[in-house]
Amino acid sequence: MAEPLLQIEGLSKAFGAVVACDDVTLALPAGELHAVIGPNGAGKTTLLGQLAGELRPDAGRIRFAGEDITSLPAHARALRGLARSFQITSLFPRFTALENVALAVQAQAGHSFRFWRPAAREAALSEPAAAILDQIGLSGRAAVPAAALAHGEQRQLEIAMALAARPRLLLLDEPTAGMGREDSRAMVEMLAGLKAEGGITILLIEHDMDAVFTLADRITVLVYGRVLASGAPAEIRANAEVRSAYLGEAEEAN
Amino acid sequence: MPSVTRRGLLLLAALALLLLLPAVVRGLGIDYAVGVATRMLIFALAGASLNLILGYGGMVSFGHAAFFGAGAYVVAILSQHATYGEPLMTWPFVIEGTESALIAWPLAMAASGLLALLIGLVCLRTSGLYFIMITLAFAQMIYFFFISLRAYGGEDGLSLFARSRAGPLDLADDVQFYYLVLVILLVALALQRRLVASRFGRVLEGARDNERRMQALGFPTYRYKLAGFVIAGAVAGLSGALIANQTEFVSPSFLDWQRSGEILVIVILGGMGRLLGPVAGAVAFLLLEEVLSAWTEHWMLVLGPILVLVVLFARGGLWSLIDPRERNRG
Repeated sequence: MAEPLLQIEGLSKAFGAVVACDDVTLALPAGELHAVIGPNGAGKTTLLGQLAGELRPDAGRIRFAGEDITSLPAHARALRGLARSFQITSLFPRFTALENVALAVQAQAGHSFRFWRPAAREAALSEPAAAILDQIGLSGRAAVPAAALAHGEQRQLEIAMALAARPRLLLLDEPTAGMGREDSRAMVEMLAGLKAEGGITILLIEHDMDAVFTLADRITVLVYGRVLASGAPAEIRANAEVRSAYLGEAEEAN
Repeated sequence: MPSVTRRGLLLLAALALLLLLPAVVRGLGIDYAVGVATRMLIFALAGASLNLILGYGGMVSFGHAAFFGAGAYVVAILSQHATYGEPLMTWPFVIEGTESALIAWPLAMAASGLLALLIGLVCLRTSGLYFIMITLAFAQMIYFFFISLRAYGGEDGLSLFARSRAGPLDLADDVQFYYLVLVILLVALALQRRLVASRFGRVLEGARDNERRMQALGFPTYRYKLAGFVIAGAVAGLSGALIANQTEFVSPSFLDWQRSGEILVIVILGGMGRLLGPVAGAVAFLLLEEVLSAWTEHWMLVLGPILVLVVLFARGGLWSLIDPRERNRG
């Protein structure tokens, strides 16, 4: 069997006495959409931070595409094809939507010690950026500064920037965070389309259970930083432990 | 688009005024004003160099005078050695003093750029308040280094025997010197305009607005910020080489923290992240100094409230009052 695209082994991270990630082992085969769920404070974002290279794990290893990336900084991981989106929208507010995506394209287009040609007039940056805005359904808003976009549009742009890197692995941190029902449904459709196109592996952190059970091939449940269960959506739904620890809780909350 | 035309007209008028200024002040019988105008242009250049890292790069350097002063000292030290006919050093190779602008000014840029590289390597590992404090600390170290440099005047500073020689130009003539400084400033601003719109400029602005995202996109931001810091240091060194020629004197006060503060005020007053902001800032700052210091030595008492008003009500600085297009930007 081929080596999985992403292999996490014994990953641990503590903040003082709080163990946010406790011996997590996971494997993502290429092409899988894998959802990580868990109650607030379960360590989902800590896990993602370690995968993206923003947090240094206390123990454990991360292998990506056959290479140990545990000690690589964030920008080096991004250049190897590992892109992320942020839970709290993290755009360049003064740049237009197109410029935001063009910057993501630029990151993958060699070094940026280019001092002379205006970036705005470089077709090599703006054309791929326009294509991605089109794919994501934002082409009509290309010239609008990111700060002036509606919340749902900003969330879409957030994904567009991650996609612009043409990543092999996409880490999505709550893409539907703060969205209304309508925007949320549009986002799920967009992600389903992305998955159907193939060629991309996605690790999805999400609170919206409808989205998770619609999209995921496999689901991992984190509680207190530990993997409580991991398997196909039907298994997770049937798992008594998960129901009591999380799903039941969520139903009560609703 | 009436505002664009207005902007164009305004820039044209300002350029005409700058070109005609020597003739106008001579007509008015206030020849000394050429020197004041030259100082404004030189501080505009120093401000523009800080604007690159502060306005576009978001790096609040509180030690910019170190590069400014180092550039001034390079010109003065080379000039002193040329005057006395002593080589600057004889081992491992001989460096003679020089009064040639073509040698001394690029050397001033190189020395300040190198200094910026060394300081930037350390400072850019920090950010925010720490960055402000550590740039200040380095600048003060350089300041005390020059104070202790007995051979070059120590605390008393160093007089230049003459201004630099620049080919057919006679820089001892205030009007010719003024025009040379004006050309240098215009060229520097034109280059800066290209630079901030380039891929490199995008990375600087991106790192200013959201460095974490830049790294997640795959940009090693540290090296780009360092490159920007070095360019800014080298241009500040050039402005220092010009001020040494203008005053024909250098002293450690050229690189103390108050001078760093003045350059910061010029940029903030004029408009951070606006190409021509530092020009407006330098003109306003030196004009206020010129007018008010004749009236009271406590002229900063007036500058302070003005700065507060600008920061509160014109966040794009004076330049945004002049150019309405700039008003609504960040």
